[in-house]
Amino acid sequence: MTTWIDKAMPGLVIAPVLVPLAAAALLLLMRESNRRAKAAVDIAACVVNLAVVVALAAWTTRGDAGAVGVYLASNWRAPFGIVLAADRLSAMMLVLAAVLVLAAALFAVPRWHQAGAHFHSLLQLELMGVNGAFLTADLFNLFVFFEVMLAASYGLLLHGSGRARVRAGLRYIAVNLAASSLFLIGVAIVYGTVGTLNYADIARKIADVQHADRGLLHAGAAILGVAFLAKAAIWPLNFWLVPAYRAASPPAATVFAILTKVGLYVVLRLWMLLVSVDPSALVVHGGDALVAGGLATLAFGAVAMLASQNLRALACYAVVSSSGTVLAAVGLGTAPLVGGALYYLAGSTLAVATLFLVAELAERTREVEAAPPDVDVAAPHLPFYVDVPGQGESSAFDDTGDTLLIGQAIPAATAFLGMSFLAVALVIAGLPPLSGFLAKFAMLAVLLDPRALDATSASTSIPVTHWLFVALLVGAGFTAIVAMSRSGARLFWAPEGRATPHLRAIECLPVAAFLVIFAAMAARAGPIVDYTRAAASGVIDPARYIDAVLAASPVASAGDAARVAPAEARR
Amino acid sequence: MEVVVALAIGVIGGSGVYLLLRPRTFEVIMGLALISYAVNLFIFSMGSLALGDEPIVKPGVAADLAHYTDPIPQALVLTAIVIGFAMTALFLVVLLASRGLTGSDHVDGAEPDR
Repeated sequence: MTTWIDKAMPGLVIAPVLVPLAAAALLLLMRESNRRAKAAVDIAACVVNLAVVVALAAWTTRGDAGAVGVYLASNWRAPFGIVLAADRLSAMMLVLAAVLVLAAALFAVPRWHQAGAHFHSLLQLELMGVNGAFLTADLFNLFVFFEVMLAASYGLLLHGSGRARVRAGLRYIAVNLAASSLFLIGVAIVYGTVGTLNYADIARKIADVQHADRGLLHAGAAILGVAFLAKAAIWPLNFWLVPAYRAASPPAATVFAILTKVGLYVVLRLWMLLVSVDPSALVVHGGDALVAGGLATLAFGAVAMLASQNLRALACYAVVSSSGTVLAAVGLGTAPLVGGALYYLAGSTLAVATLFLVAELAERTREVEAAPPDVDVAAPHLPFYVDVPGQGESSAFDDTGDTLLIGQAIPAATAFLGMSFLAVALVIAGLPPLSGFLAKFAMLAVLLDPRALDATSASTSIPVTHWLFVALLVGAGFTAIVAMSRSGARLFWAPEGRATPHLRAIECLPVAAFLVIFAAMAARAGPIVDYTRAAASGVIDPARYIDAVLAASPVASAGDAARVAPAEARR
Repeated sequence: MEVVVALAIGVIGGSGVYLLLRPRTFEVIMGLALISYAVNLFIFSMGSLALGDEPIVKPGVAADLAHYTDPIPQALVLTAIVIGFAMTALFLVVLLASRGLTGSDHVDGAEPDR
């Protein structure tokens, strides 16, 4: 196994980009009417991709400090050519993306891939863009992969068409095009002041930037930050998220759960690279802003969860509050806290994705048509806790009073959905025994330990920010459990005689797999948190990453000697 | 020359932002196009403005920015133009779909109540 991986490196680093690209190209050539074959190719490509990224993740755990896999495209040395690098953080995000896309591909098979053209190609292109964004070690390639990811997400959002989707898509595209312009402005300013686009090279050269250019560099970094934070759904730049994710078809929404995490990943990666070398200025401005923004986002998501009237909106706001939690942890920026936050990120991303799927399966009996309900019409329900006359008294009989409710078996499909919903609610709200609780515990333990953040300080007082973060984390868990039990009760315990949802095995497979993953994440929490903490310390102290990228030597073979020479000469 | 370029970027970018905030989809797409022009000019100017210089090393001339223009911003602009063009085309399709589905060219998909 290990020798096989060794032989495949460093080519394995670029495989998560090439596999989906090849699959997408192949899928484009296949006839649209041949849906079964297209789905088979899509699922096969997803499985191959999953195997590749798991191998990559296993490879990055080598040694005590972990290994960084570097791929030099066209064999050019790091600052001159295009570089892809995989460390533990990248590998972890790749695995997360691979699981979500595989789930979406499986879930789309019975129904959703028939709702429009080229669903499977778009899914593979989306995977390619996301994988590329996680792997690239170069600011401009990040832009290119971002655009690939966004272009595919426009297609996925519009999949199934219909008025609500087109209207949501129009705004989503406009917002993202504007954010991409900000991204380019930031890239241009960073290039203008630092003179390089390679992450590692930026970190190395940022100390040489003259004092007169510092202001410009900080402005550029801030503009870049706005572009990424808008993608990561920080409040108040997250107004675009809920209408878009809510209108999207469920498999697409499942994949979209990873898109905000791309923004979070980039903020974590780039900000730590800049801070590691130049802690003076950026910490002062950036850290507090990230913490404040993250806490505001968390509070906004928590309150909005209470106000949301259906499961999809609930899932959207769960995305928002999970983003806020991670952002605030990144802003505080110590390895144990960020490690806990990464474990939380993995669990909450999968939970939200599951919620999108469960919502669709459970609400299927309500809405027959494939198009989503019009957003404005779908909200006349009163909150469940408002008394409806005649439903308040508890009774062992149904509404007509002649059928005994006790002793009736719940249909298997409803029971399965109810169990899945319960598991998702536990993860999102952070209640034991599943991974959400352990993740919140990992973060709270660090926040409430005065010496965990700064081992040298003798003070035993906990900063106000930490108390606020703790309060918001616990409060968000509370509002989540209130909102989710309300929706769950309305959905699964509603007294009206609703038809049992007809579930296909292949649709239940991703949901069941997610449940197994939640259980595994809780059972194996120790090793996983060790991994995420190591990933966090690898990104917070990026010396190894920088060294690995800049020291990577081109593959030496007879034919390459001539090509390597110019790079050597320019150094 | 710097002042002229800066003014041009400012005027184009400002017009773009104004149009982006307008309620009609056609104005929005024109605004996005103008913003992307402004951004492209901005990237171009970040490689230091030069007249008549080439990005290709000539024999006998020292390889520094005093004698050449920086090739990287040119490569970046080229990529950004291509991507921006594709995105504009895609947005145009969505715009037409919205017009066809709703019968209105308002960004909300319906005429505002007057």
